[in-house]
Amino acid sequence: MTSRRVFIKSGAAAMLSLGFAPGFLTRAAAAADARKRLLIAVFQRGALDGLNMLVPFGEAEYYRLRPSIGIAQPGRDNGAVDLDGFFGFHPRMAPLKPLWDTGMLAALHACGSPDTTRSHFDAQDYMESATPGVKSTRDGWLNRYLQATNSTTPLQGVAVTRQTPRTMQGRARTLSFAGVDEFAVRDAAGSGRAIEDSYARTADSLLGASAREAFEAMDVLQKATAGSYQPANGADYPRTPFGRALQEIARIAKADVGLEVAFAESTGWDTHVNQGSDNGQLAGRLDDLARGLDALTRDLGDRMAETVILTMSEFGRAAAENGNGGTDHGHGNAMILIGGPVKGGRVYGKWPGLRPEQRFEARDLAVTTDFRDVFAEIVTAHLGAPPSALPKIIPGYAAPRPLGIIKG
Amino acid sequence: MSMGRILAGTLLLAAVLAGSTVGAAGVPKDRDAIEHALNRLAYGPRPGDVERVQQIGLATWIEQQLHPDGLDDSALAARLPEQPTRPDTFADQMEARRWGRQSVQALSAEKVVRAIYSERQLEEQLVDFWFNHFNVFAGKGRTSEWVVDYERRAIRPHVLGKFRDLLESTAKSPAMLFYLDNWLSADPAAAERQQELQRERAALRGNQQPPQGRKRGLNENYGRELLELHTLGVDGGYTQQDIIDVARAFTGWTIAPANQQGNRPALAGGRARQLQQARGAVQEGEFRFVPMLHDTGEKTVLGHTIKAGGGIEDGRQVLDIISRHPATAHHIAFELAQRFVADEPPKGLVDRAAKKFRDTDGDLREVVKTIVTSDEFFKARGAKVKTPLEFLASAMRATGRDVTGDARQLVNALMQMGMPLYMCQPPTGYDDTADTWVSAGALVARMNIAQRIAGPQQAPSIGGPEFQRR
Repeated sequence: MTSRRVFIKSGAAAMLSLGFAPGFLTRAAAAADARKRLLIAVFQRGALDGLNMLVPFGEAEYYRLRPSIGIAQPGRDNGAVDLDGFFGFHPRMAPLKPLWDTGMLAALHACGSPDTTRSHFDAQDYMESATPGVKSTRDGWLNRYLQATNSTTPLQGVAVTRQTPRTMQGRARTLSFAGVDEFAVRDAAGSGRAIEDSYARTADSLLGASAREAFEAMDVLQKATAGSYQPANGADYPRTPFGRALQEIARIAKADVGLEVAFAESTGWDTHVNQGSDNGQLAGRLDDLARGLDALTRDLGDRMAETVILTMSEFGRAAAENGNGGTDHGHGNAMILIGGPVKGGRVYGKWPGLRPEQRFEARDLAVTTDFRDVFAEIVTAHLGAPPSALPKIIPGYAAPRPLGIIKG
Repeated sequence: MSMGRILAGTLLLAAVLAGSTVGAAGVPKDRDAIEHALNRLAYGPRPGDVERVQQIGLATWIEQQLHPDGLDDSALAARLPEQPTRPDTFADQMEARRWGRQSVQALSAEKVVRAIYSERQLEEQLVDFWFNHFNVFAGKGRTSEWVVDYERRAIRPHVLGKFRDLLESTAKSPAMLFYLDNWLSADPAAAERQQELQRERAALRGNQQPPQGRKRGLNENYGRELLELHTLGVDGGYTQQDIIDVARAFTGWTIAPANQQGNRPALAGGRARQLQQARGAVQEGEFRFVPMLHDTGEKTVLGHTIKAGGGIEDGRQVLDIISRHPATAHHIAFELAQRFVADEPPKGLVDRAAKKFRDTDGDLREVVKTIVTSDEFFKARGAKVKTPLEFLASAMRATGRDVTGDARQLVNALMQMGMPLYMCQPPTGYDDTADTWVSAGALVARMNIAQRIAGPQQAPSIGGPEFQRR
């Protein structure tokens, strides 16, 4: 591809070229100076089995409910990685243990939605819109965060997904693409240039402004990410769609273009059949997750001081294993938070227990923390939104409960 | 088209409208008006279309589009990809899912081909509009199995008919019943009776363990969206109690279980068959009304009393009440005017279209005609930004490029532009306003797709800003 910037500068649109436009590039540069705080949201689509990711090995009932898929206690063969004497990581999550030891990783158990749906569709919708029970909400919570804080460039919100995820949909301009290299206008026999030129000249304010914004974002990204990307500090991303998405996020973060909220997704968590124990289907998914997050934190290096990574999934899975060596849809679930701003080395949340009378509908892990409490704390204590903006970002949730996971 | 040129064009058109070129029915005759109509009622002009419409007259062309049955569409028929037919039964859930996935892929290709090649262009626009109005998401569970049937039988036959018929056909379609969960909705007391039956069935089949009955109760999802999205509109003046009573009225509207269709009744036992064929039971295709799950009590909806014991008539009465409510007339008129005229449609036009809706008992042909032959319609040139589908179809039509092989590439292009067909998750459907479709990523996708579709001669105009408007 020919360099677009050369073209614009020499073309009819010289006025709009980067050298003369004090447009959003300048604002992005200012944002970069301020070293914006960064949230990287990871959505585990399909309903993660939180009870096997963050194993309550101190609970005898756990082993009664899961005779064939339960993760053994620490110290036994392929046992859980002990965290606090009661909870432990699935053995494939071991790459994340050093982050726990240095106090950068916190976990939260029995977290979830006040809505009781066990439909993936509805529950994802509710989590991404952050309005459980309300289907007509059009925008996602991260977009509303950008709206409420008057975001100025689309580079503040980037989803490394082919379609804009519900979480990022809405009025605030954001970017969604599968990778930086795909976000470019191709130029077949000069027609790409001619198209760009027509947007630079148009009097159509809506389309003109959006296109120029796209061109600038492209320019900024292409310039800032020129050349092949080399992860830092020996970070070794899994060669999977999830690993690649995390690497693209690190690449954009390190380009200092003002990235504030990033989104990636991980799939394949709907383990109804043969989910396995320390090995098998779920172990493979957790391996991808843990190695990916480990690589991302290494790659971001000292940027982790201003970064929070948050994992989430629409609901948990039934406490008992089913007749097919898997687990059916449940309720409460586990989240992980990683980063310098996190008060780590602790599992948060009130543990409700797994005995029948302690379970939700006698079947699932109960929910003792509303997931909106986590979102609220992150947008205020981490990203720095004023508490007065919360009713806009998480509408219909009057008084989020402070959890104290983010350093004040 | 630039805003300046739109304004100039509007002023010019206003002058023209006041002059002598206005046709008998108030429809202008000039080329610009014809091009405008082709951009709005059709998926854009093909080479030669403006001249063809000029020959028969724009007013006549619009009349033809409003009566699509009279239009020969055999050329399209020859191009349509083969559509899989749903088998009566599936071996297992996996097979059902696979069929669902494949049939939605085939339907997506069909939709793109229809938009490009059908002579019944307004009908295609309206099928798209009404599917989106009564949106279902093919990605939710088993919904995909019924999407083909939904568009063909619930939506398409009614887009120029009576709103009341369209409403009932969507209410009874398995796709909608599944997508908005009404198939699970039951009077909690009735649900206990149902579970007793399930235990009997299990015993009849010789099962060792009776299946754990799915916990059933009232589900308000359909009731809420029926009022908020399908009929009255969000400010339509209903209460939470109305939603509950509407949901109660629709308890028992469900889907016939897959293994009880066709010639394979699964029930052998006498008592079970007796219960299944209980008084008041209704079976239409895969729609089933199960009296046993129905809440038989009295309901009050928007001030109207629905007497106890109405059975399936409860739901029908609700549809009567809400389809004739003035808020519904206004809501539908607004949405149609937004589709065909402007993101913020002129109030006067919406009011006239709503009045036509009320005066004709929801005759959609008359409502659409009121809108697309109005002064406001002809003054709104270039005011809308094309949706990705409109962009793609109009680009194919303008360039005259043939869909070679299959239409899968075009379907994928729609996904890249953020409009995967039949995969819009929320029941609201896709927004029909410019701010939804104009974003940095989406515009870049359009620029690249324009270059894929058109040669170097046409690509700059197809990918440029004027072509993104209609």
